[in-house]
Amino acid sequence: MIRNIVEYLETTAARLPEKIAFVGKEERLSFGNLLQRSKRIGSYFLRYGKRNVPIAVMTEKTPSSVAAFLGCVYSGNFYTPIDPSMPKERILSIFDTLRPQVLLIDEKSKKAAEHLEYAGETLVLEEIVHTEIAEEALQKVRRTAIDADPLYALFTSGSTGVPKGVVIPHHSVINLVEWYTETFDISEKEIIGNQAPFYFDSSVKDIYAVLKTGATMEIIPKQFFSFPVKLMEYVAEKEINYVDWVPSAFCIVANTGALEKTAPQCLKKIAFCGEIMPTKQYNMWRAKYPHAVFANIYGPTEATVDCTYYIVDREFADDEPLPIGYPCRNTDIFILNGDRLAQAEETGELCIRGRCLAPGYYNNPEKTEEAFIQNPLNPHYPEKIYKTGDMARYNAYGEIVFLARKDHQIKHMGHRIELGEIEAAVNSIDLVENGACIYDEGGQRIVLFYCGKEATQSYILKKLRDKVPKYMFPNVMILLEEMPHTLNSKIDRLRLKEYYDKRVE
Amino acid sequence: METLLKILEELRPDVDFQENKALIDSGELDSFDIVSLVGELSEAFEIEIGAEDIIPENFNSVEAMMALVTKLQED
Repeated sequence: MIRNIVEYLETTAARLPEKIAFVGKEERLSFGNLLQRSKRIGSYFLRYGKRNVPIAVMTEKTPSSVAAFLGCVYSGNFYTPIDPSMPKERILSIFDTLRPQVLLIDEKSKKAAEHLEYAGETLVLEEIVHTEIAEEALQKVRRTAIDADPLYALFTSGSTGVPKGVVIPHHSVINLVEWYTETFDISEKEIIGNQAPFYFDSSVKDIYAVLKTGATMEIIPKQFFSFPVKLMEYVAEKEINYVDWVPSAFCIVANTGALEKTAPQCLKKIAFCGEIMPTKQYNMWRAKYPHAVFANIYGPTEATVDCTYYIVDREFADDEPLPIGYPCRNTDIFILNGDRLAQAEETGELCIRGRCLAPGYYNNPEKTEEAFIQNPLNPHYPEKIYKTGDMARYNAYGEIVFLARKDHQIKHMGHRIELGEIEAAVNSIDLVENGACIYDEGGQRIVLFYCGKEATQSYILKKLRDKVPKYMFPNVMILLEEMPHTLNSKIDRLRLKEYYDKRVE
Repeated sequence: METLLKILEELRPDVDFQENKALIDSGELDSFDIVSLVGELSEAFEIEIGAEDIIPENFNSVEAMMALVTKLQED
């Protein structure tokens, strides 16, 4: 039985040492090279003599950054990928919670690291990749490793403005990868076109499917996702046959008419995950790829990337939602209405049980207790479930359909965002008296209402640059004389929504 | 040119469009901005921006965007 994720790499590297595993703009790594490099980095980290402590990895998205992640694993520790373009304040807030053993950067992220002025130890990837491999010491670490050891911690938006670090153990990713590679029949023949950033959990599938199966990953440069014809030409040039992208990427290609120009038939399997895939754009893709496998995948970071999936097997009208389907193997999904199971076609909260569950949030017992609770259906012994906060129901086919969020969490361009985090950032700006956000689902816009006459829109955005990532920027900003309040003096979001809808009309 | 600058400043008031000549290459404009921009330019200038026009070279600077708009208006 596999206990540690690097066993995938070791088996594949023994079988296909020369085959290319990861391809970036300036670098290609074979399985053999990747193994050596990961061990070298791991050997360097051994000097700390620590187990199961976090190592922050702030690098550009390159093949070597995969070796950096696996180096952390070889040393018996876990990694947290950090986006170098994330604002300083947010990174430092993550470090406050994470307290990483060391920060690992690369030559390309040096500037971002300087700007960060982080007080802790910082290492440069290029300077430690030549460390001599301490084979015996690495073996010793492995002998005592168990599959419940953490593999990574990923930070997601938190409603109070402090990001939460979801801890994921090895067994959860093994559970995912076994299901994923079998269900989508991924083998060494696959050329996976990667879109998901490595600090985004969707990339976990791409990375570990490659390690397990010997497939090759083409890291598609981010800019191509702004320029759809170029993107599709790239897919053709690299002969990419498998993609698992965020729906907004598929939508941009469909909406700009790029599919009419070029729809390379090398693509055979097309999966979407991370947010709702609109059926209209799905149909535009289907029309160009009548024989491809299409899959709609759903899952929160807390349940290790995916927990339900639907392989599209019938026609859908443009106004009919694509279901999120059925639970992934070895995962239990149920819909709770209060403390009981929802009846057929009744709406409730989607809950998850299984090996996929994160044990909780790093250094955050309060949030952990709120989200990971005792299974209300099981009063007999301790058993945790995760409450997603997503509202869902079964349709007439017995498939699960996602309906909406319970709270103020949104999905915008594939990013999971708590509107509260944006509000906390806006409210911390000196000239702003008060701010509140709503999300315009139809227009896919984050709308900020604020009070504070002195604060110009350009002032607010310039201040926000230091606090939240670009994808959290409000797309519409509306100055109000006064914020509307409900009777119990909360901000009246319904009235804000009505006001906005009228303005749009 | 003024209309274009007004659209850009409303879209991203935090960006200096007069100075930055590598809006795409520097990563300043992302895919959300490009999609919004294509929509707004089409409406404001009554032009049709086809998939083949949505390439980095046409969006790296205000001048490049203006050249694209002018070209499409003449078509």
